Amino acid sequence: MNRYPVWKYVIIVIAMVVAGLYALPNFFGESPAVQVSAAKPLVKVDAGTLTLVEAALKTAGIAPDMVTLDGASIKVRLLDTDTQLKAKDVIQRALIPDAGNPGYVVALNLLSRSPAWLTALNASPMYLGLDLRGGVHFMLQVDMEAALTKRAESLSGDVRTSLREKNIRHSGINRVGQTVEVRFRDAATLDAAKAVFDDQFADLQTVDVAEGAEFKLTASIKPEAARRIQDQALKQNITTLHNRINELGVAEPVIQQQGLDRIVVQLPGVQDTAKAKDILGRTATLEVRMVDESTEARAAEMGAGVVPFGSERYLERNGQAVIVKKQVILTGENLTDAQPGFDSQTQEPTVNLNLDAKGTRIFRDVTRENVGKRMAILLFEKGKGEVVTAPVIRTEIGGGRVQISGRMTTTEANDTALLLRAGSLAAPMEIIEETTIGPSLGAENIAKGFQSVAWGFAAVALFMCMYYMLFGVFSSIALAFNLLLLVAVLSMLQATLTLPGMAAMALVLGMAIDANVLINERIREELRAGASAQAAIHTGYERAWATIFDSNITTMIAGLALLAFGSGPVRGFAVVHVLGILTSMFSGVFFSRGVVNFWYGRKNRLKTVSIGTIWRPDGGTALKTNE
Amino acid sequence: MEFFRIKRDIPFMRHALVFNLISGLTFLAAVFFLFSRGLHLSVEFTGGTLLEVTYSQPADLGAVRAGVAKLGFADVQVQNFGTARDVLIRLPAQKGVSSAQQSTQVMAALKELDASATMRRTEFVGPQVGDELAADGIKALAFVIIGIMIYLAIRFEWKFAVAAIIANMHDVIIILGFFAYFQWEFSLPVLAAVLAVLGYSVNESVVIFDRIRENFRRYRKMNTPEIINSAITSTISRTIITHGSTQMMVLSMLLFGGATLHYFALALTIGIMFGIYSSVFVAAAIAMWLGIKREDLVKGGGPKKDLDPNDPNAGATV
Repeated sequence: MNRYPVWKYVIIVIAMVVAGLYALPNFFGESPAVQVSAAKPLVKVDAGTLTLVEAALKTAGIAPDMVTLDGASIKVRLLDTDTQLKAKDVIQRALIPDAGNPGYVVALNLLSRSPAWLTALNASPMYLGLDLRGGVHFMLQVDMEAALTKRAESLSGDVRTSLREKNIRHSGINRVGQTVEVRFRDAATLDAAKAVFDDQFADLQTVDVAEGAEFKLTASIKPEAARRIQDQALKQNITTLHNRINELGVAEPVIQQQGLDRIVVQLPGVQDTAKAKDILGRTATLEVRMVDESTEARAAEMGAGVVPFGSERYLERNGQAVIVKKQVILTGENLTDAQPGFDSQTQEPTVNLNLDAKGTRIFRDVTRENVGKRMAILLFEKGKGEVVTAPVIRTEIGGGRVQISGRMTTTEANDTALLLRAGSLAAPMEIIEETTIGPSLGAENIAKGFQSVAWGFAAVALFMCMYYMLFGVFSSIALAFNLLLLVAVLSMLQATLTLPGMAAMALVLGMAIDANVLINERIREELRAGASAQAAIHTGYERAWATIFDSNITTMIAGLALLAFGSGPVRGFAVVHVLGILTSMFSGVFFSRGVVNFWYGRKNRLKTVSIGTIWRPDGGTALKTNE
Repeated sequence: MEFFRIKRDIPFMRHALVFNLISGLTFLAAVFFLFSRGLHLSVEFTGGTLLEVTYSQPADLGAVRAGVAKLGFADVQVQNFGTARDVLIRLPAQKGVSSAQQSTQVMAALKELDASATMRRTEFVGPQVGDELAADGIKALAFVIIGIMIYLAIRFEWKFAVAAIIANMHDVIIILGFFAYFQWEFSLPVLAAVLAVLGYSVNESVVIFDRIRENFRRYRKMNTPEIINSAITSTISRTIITHGSTQMMVLSMLLFGGATLHYFALALTIGIMFGIYSSVFVAAAIAMWLGIKREDLVKGGGPKKDLDPNDPNAGATV
């Protein structure tokens, strides 16, 4: 009755092997490493970069432990921190000739020392949270109202253009809050305008009211369009943050959307929070200026002669110098959107800009007066300017829609549009939560969490072995297996392990032993009632199962509630808690039964089992049982 | 080894009234302290800035306090954290000052006082986040209570569900009462501990209820208090041993987990202690007052003819 069919043992063995394999990387520890990734969208990290890195290390006489190309980054594992710093310098010098314009991020990191065959199996150590490895965590709230207002502003410009194109006379277009208000003198024009709205502005819904002699049409953004705009704003902010964080040289930054209007930024290993905050909150500015096309300026552009008074020299991204006037025509504030596209006639890639009402007016005036001349769009970041593009003005541009075309590939158009958009965040953001953990605290927290689990485990196992003898040993083995499973599952899922998570691990082990105590007590009770050894084991397990199941369900409900409503530390706790309950059901019942069956199942004439003292109340004499 | 050499069923239910009175009084005291003193909520709930700073020498709290006060922040709390060399500084949320400025300013001021001051941890929480966390905490609590009640009502009977929830809510309130009385810091991990305790001590009641149900099937001649006494007596060794094991783990956290896990472990300790008490003495007694009967639990109504009433295993299906 206490024999497992072969397939059950097969399951146990498979579970042990898989759990063992995936838990294994955690035991190898970590080595210092240098990680290279692309800092700009155009830069690719590939096999070519890998050879460059390898060659650079070879010339410098540094023997790396391992160099791999992993997705979009190169990881160089080194033996100690001294060589790590040296290697970083060497790689930096080799890959980044111009320190002012880095194409790559070269960052210090820690890499698992696990052998390549384990990495090939996708087995990696548990992903440690910031409180265990040190770093900065920010939660940013995106001001969605501002994003919608900005959008309404740009739509009002579009409405103005469309109405003019259709020759519909209005007596004023205003943006009021997040709506666009247009006034008309008579009902016929109102109807004509409504047709235009229906036709061209799918994002807007209109309501009209008669106001005295005039008709007022109020257009508001449809809810689904508003959702889309908010979503885009969030995505754009995330892209912008990515670009900025690249400069910090963080090996594995996490930038994630949380909820509808929040962004979480985690920068492991970063200690200089002031700088991180500065970079996150920085607004790059975009400026439109005229190119100085005087003879002196031309000469200066070629590198012969000084820059004329009232002008400045900036570089294009290809290194070409451009002399631009100091007078600013427009700033990024007037730019509402920049998207890559194609010219409808030539099919050339273009970048399409949208300007707001004020920008449109200025742009029209400037372009009218300067047909045939060049204008430059400059992006300023960290007080350093760069010419994004310097196109020739072909005609007067009214209507606020600007198309930049010519000598561009699709990728370049994409890149320029991104750069222009990155100039400004789609919506302002505010830091609403911030945590910094020093590196020493992280290491200390790991040690504390580990010690809590280790000592607790030792105490419980010791007690179980003393109290339940051989069955206590089985229980302790099951508990150890539970810990192994839990570590393996956490490593597989790459769930973030935090200090509260380690506390949950300890707690779950303390709770998991409950299953074995229930079983062992039941077996003792059956023996006390006079059942035979094999029958006692059988009924003990059978009966305890229902209770174990019930009690785990209630604990599970609490765990799920924490998972659903918790955030931050509570979530870290809940993930481990819930996973621990699941693994403990497997190890505490199925696995421990397997061990017991393996030991006792074959013995047909089993007289006694080693489960400690079976004390009978009737005789008052202790019945010492043993093998 | 056998710690529990109990010869006959202990008449727990004879003293049910006394036990309920004791827990009623503790409960009232806890509620009183909760209202009179209130919880000492951490920055996570109230919003504000927290800095953990470590010094090479034991820190002079007075000097630190004076140094921070000079910056003009109101209501600054300075206290030791773990060891004498670690200092925890709490600043309430200030209008018009961003988090970045606050922590940087304070660190600069502290460095000026003592160059060995190094930043270990800073935390800033905006007021809107704090409100949300409190709301989420209450939602989680409600979810746990309703979820557990539904489960117990389906698995057992509504009277057990009510009894278990009353018994265990009383544990939760008592933990909160301790935190209010001693003004221990109530942080997010403590909240997690409280909810975990709720799930954990309900499972204690479940074990006893399981036994009560089984006993109703098994011993047809016993009345309800006797059934409950027998159920509690036969599970008491398991109760004490399991809780003892869990407590060993928690104790290890209390000893080795450091200051961060201190209150978490403390909340668990209180929860485990009162969890035993409430499951053993309170939950079953409430179920008894609510009038549980054999018919409530033994499905199918009347006794089954084919079972031998003297067979100890009769009807014990799982």
